Amino acid sequence: MQTILSIGLDGISYGMVLFIISIGLSIMMGLMRVVNLAHGAFAMIGGYLASYAMRDLGAGYALAIVVAVIGTIVISIPLEILLYRRIYRKSDALTQLLLTIGITFVIIGLANFIFGPTLKAIPLPNALSGPLDIGFRMIPTHRVFVIACGVVTALALWLLIDKTEFGIRLRASVDNSDMADSLGIRTEWIYAATFALAVGLGAFGGVVGAELLPIEPFYALRYMVTFLVVVSVGGAGSIAGALAASLLLGLADTTGKYLAPEYGEFFFYLAVIVIAFLFPRGLFGRAH
Amino acid sequence: MSSLSTLAKTSDRAFPFAAELMGVLSIAALGVLGFLLFPDDLAFLTRLIGITLLVLSLDLVTGYCGIATLGHAALFGVGAYAVGNACIGGVREPILLLGVGIVAGTIMGAISGALITRFRGLPQLVLSIAIGQLVAALANKLSSVTGGSDGLSGITPDPVLGLFRFDMYSRTAFTFSLIVLAVVFVLLLRFVRSPFGLLCRGIRDDDLRAQMIGAVVYPRLVIMYAVSGAVAGVGGALNAMTAGVVGLDSVSFERSAEVLVMLVLGGAGNLWGALFGSVVFQIFEHIVSATNPFHWMTLVGLLLIAIVLFAPRGLSHGVAVLWSKVVRRGARA
Repeated sequence: MQTILSIGLDGISYGMVLFIISIGLSIMMGLMRVVNLAHGAFAMIGGYLASYAMRDLGAGYALAIVVAVIGTIVISIPLEILLYRRIYRKSDALTQLLLTIGITFVIIGLANFIFGPTLKAIPLPNALSGPLDIGFRMIPTHRVFVIACGVVTALALWLLIDKTEFGIRLRASVDNSDMADSLGIRTEWIYAATFALAVGLGAFGGVVGAELLPIEPFYALRYMVTFLVVVSVGGAGSIAGALAASLLLGLADTTGKYLAPEYGEFFFYLAVIVIAFLFPRGLFGRAH
Repeated sequence: MSSLSTLAKTSDRAFPFAAELMGVLSIAALGVLGFLLFPDDLAFLTRLIGITLLVLSLDLVTGYCGIATLGHAALFGVGAYAVGNACIGGVREPILLLGVGIVAGTIMGAISGALITRFRGLPQLVLSIAIGQLVAALANKLSSVTGGSDGLSGITPDPVLGLFRFDMYSRTAFTFSLIVLAVVFVLLLRFVRSPFGLLCRGIRDDDLRAQMIGAVVYPRLVIMYAVSGAVAGVGGALNAMTAGVVGLDSVSFERSAEVLVMLVLGGAGNLWGALFGSVVFQIFEHIVSATNPFHWMTLVGLLLIAIVLFAPRGLSHGVAVLWSKVVRRGARA
């Protein structure tokens, strides 16, 4: 019973971290059809910026998150203008893979050059670091915080995409970009805003998930595959799909690591293959 | 268009087997050049040849069938582990061991092909990654077969043809690998121009049209994947025999990503491009990464971005265009 509870809690919080980071990638893939392998690198930049802000500038946790999100978006703007814009929608998968792997490699190299190869801690504030008493047992407060962040992110995104003017334009561009363009929607602005949103979410996830996915230069490469898998399993562009996929895969991975740690990521990828065959378009994906 | 022009060229060639002869001569020339440039580092060149075979193998599925995969190292690694185990188990004849590698690679290729080619786009890519990672996780877990993270060591094959022992300066290993590479390259040059190879190109360009003219797409892709597995198996076999040890790096994600980079650097869909990209990349890596592995990553990243922006069809295509311009200018003058 104790084990099941621990697995459940760790699995869900790990899944929520995956969700916060991957949802940006998923939206990008649904709208711009870009297989952005550098998404993990942006999450990593967020982590580094937060760590730098807290340890060297003495900022608080909340401020560090804001600094990380805004800083990462600022860093990513020139990349969007110079590089990503070229590969939206039209180019083939191989070009996208190479360009974004290239960006990832450059970011890893620079991160190591600037911050060094060691793990960077993002110290938690006292309010989040201790255990939380939920009546019948103690659980780490940070896990609860991560889960809350995930739920809030999902709700906010749902509101943004389903209830606002921006969301309407965004959905129109996803469904038919050329038609949206000819109806007077400035699709290039929608693309740029979505890119910033995706990168910002990635950075946010990188900071709040740093306890579970520690920040170091090879972060970008190590979890790149994981994020991509979540998006593919969930179906690109679907919030519900990404949430379901994140929780499912988070639980599968955590269960595998608790019960058979020597198998590493075996169960995670086994689950991926099984789901790919049962749901070829992802759990909640639509045909494009 | 480019494929049409190559077809025209092959039909009116001056004498039979011109392309094959070119292949053998180029590889021999590369071998001599390598021997002169790195006389003290034949082990590096031998390793380079093993990886080159993996790049050629990847070209068959990515370049000729349009299947983007980031899990191709699995084919190489399975071949290498099979050869390592066969050798430790008592099969020490190098040619026979190559056969073991080919069989293991073919089986692995057919299995992954059967799974991967059912899908297109992102699910295909993710499935290829998943299979690669599954093999990597198993290689780590089944340490009785693979040696786990320590690697599988103690692979000591007999002398080649009973005459040439694998020496510590890698002279035999290098020559043997070079000959195997030349043979495989020539066979592949023929294979990709066979009706089967041409049909695969047709499927890559437009699979719906290929179906309309009566091609059954799925089994052909699986067969191509199996052939690709055989080539990767040869690479793995050479790697296991000449290095004497098989490590987890031979099934790693990094290996898969790296060979994809090499292939696209040279130019996918062209065996010469694969050869060229693999040789250039690895020599570059050998020199730069010796100084600083992280600068190496930054440089490779910048190189990749530059290629996508300025030479999207690979270096070999860029060189070919330049060359034809030079020739045309020369003819005009």
